[in-house]
Amino acid sequence: MIEVRGLSKRYGATVAVDGLSFDVRPGTVTGFLGPNGSGKSTTMRMILGLDRPDAGQARIGGSRYRELRWPLRQVGALLEARAFHPGRSGRAHLRALAASNGIPRSRVEEVLGLVGLADAAGRRAGRFSLGMGQRLGIAAALLGDPEVLLLDEPVNGLDPEGIRWVRDLLRSLAADGRTVLVSSHLIGEIARTADHVVVIGRGRLLADTSVAELSARWPSLEEAFFELTSGSAEYRGALDTKRRTS
Amino acid sequence: MTTTATTDGRYRFSQVARMEWTKLRSLRSTWWVLAVTVAGAIGIAVAVGVNTENAAADLTNNALAGISLGLLLVGVLGVLMMTGEYSSGMIRATLAAIPNRPLVLAAKAAVFGLVALAAGEAASFIAFFAGGAALPDGIPAPALGQPGVLRAVVLGGAGFCLVGLIGLGLGAIIRHTPAAIAVLVVGVYVVAQFVAVLTHALMPYLPIAIVANSLTVVRPTMTDDQVRFLSPWAGLGMLGLYAAVTLGVGAWLLVRRDA
Repeated sequence: MIEVRGLSKRYGATVAVDGLSFDVRPGTVTGFLGPNGSGKSTTMRMILGLDRPDAGQARIGGSRYRELRWPLRQVGALLEARAFHPGRSGRAHLRALAASNGIPRSRVEEVLGLVGLADAAGRRAGRFSLGMGQRLGIAAALLGDPEVLLLDEPVNGLDPEGIRWVRDLLRSLAADGRTVLVSSHLIGEIARTADHVVVIGRGRLLADTSVAELSARWPSLEEAFFELTSGSAEYRGALDTKRRTS
Repeated sequence: MTTTATTDGRYRFSQVARMEWTKLRSLRSTWWVLAVTVAGAIGIAVAVGVNTENAAADLTNNALAGISLGLLLVGVLGVLMMTGEYSSGMIRATLAAIPNRPLVLAAKAAVFGLVALAAGEAASFIAFFAGGAALPDGIPAPALGQPGVLRAVVLGGAGFCLVGLIGLGLGAIIRHTPAAIAVLVVGVYVVAQFVAVLTHALMPYLPIAIVANSLTVVRPTMTDDQVRFLSPWAGLGMLGLYAAVTLGVGAWLLVRRDA
């Protein structure tokens, strides 16, 4: 369970997140949607204690992130940017993280196998393709077998087979009763993966509802998304461009 | 190093130190830089030894000349221990694994400090013996049993470690590799040149002067206009203070800033 309450963050004059409150419940995949620059990544960094909120707070299982006793065994996270050193092998990267939380080394080989990197893990991670880097990030998130997972754009750079694999993985994690928050700009992907969606625009909550409810009210999740975010005019143009070019 | 699974308790310094040790040793560049530094110190010791003409000079200090030159490399290595995490994005993985940020920096300082100390002592002792062996006939090599000699050799290695920690602290404060290296070079080398020209009174407090003229000397030395350099132990304290201050400021900023 993730509880976000009145979270706000401003960078200079720019308000990135503005009084955001929502819950992410266990046993479901919650999609986190919003136009580029709407504050999704900032929100995720604040939940993980990486960025300090100006107001409000986020709790995971009732605790602030910094109070967690074994963070990686409680929360697994994949952030948008690559979060590994290019000079280190994928295996060494995971071993270092495992050591920090008292996770046995055998688990490193387990997650490497799970994400399909067992053969490539000895290579310097800097030579990994975007998709392999993404798989390494997912391996790191799964390392501590956590109850809560936060994944920022997990299918970025993955091929269709990889995208399907992530979808199945997220669904099975939720079926285990875990709490899964996943952001993506691929609305169709979220429609196929998530049970619940939290939609934000300009750092504010626009919708916090089930995918079924949105589908009942709009012809598609995509239509719902554009309708909901239409107030964020300055982002709308950027999105239209993106839709045309990609 | 094996890790045992624990389900209760919470992460402590030992887990964080294991993470940092795994990170440090899995980067080949760390070992290359240290090997080059040690080899360079030995090479310089031999070159200085071979060209020695004055038997009354501080031959121990001469043999350790390469330690002062290697300071830049270990300082840069210290910088990279921290800035490498920022440039790669690894810092977010590190701080998500261990949200206690001062503990992360403390573990980094302990692990890197011990590795730098081991390399520094190895460089210092091997350079001492190599420099002594390279002396021309008729000039007796200094021995570790002579007054002040063992101290000079040991403190040479310690100075090497402390400059590495100053680099680590600068890396935590500045976060960007080129800027942090620039500050290190300017602080350790360039300022020394200016101060040498402008005021000799400050000279004894410069990191490079402390290592070259306080830590690694057998006999007390003076600047050109007869200002005394710090005694070996005062020099060690001063260099330790610099390292503590940079690491302390680095830890304070690490807690306050977004990752």
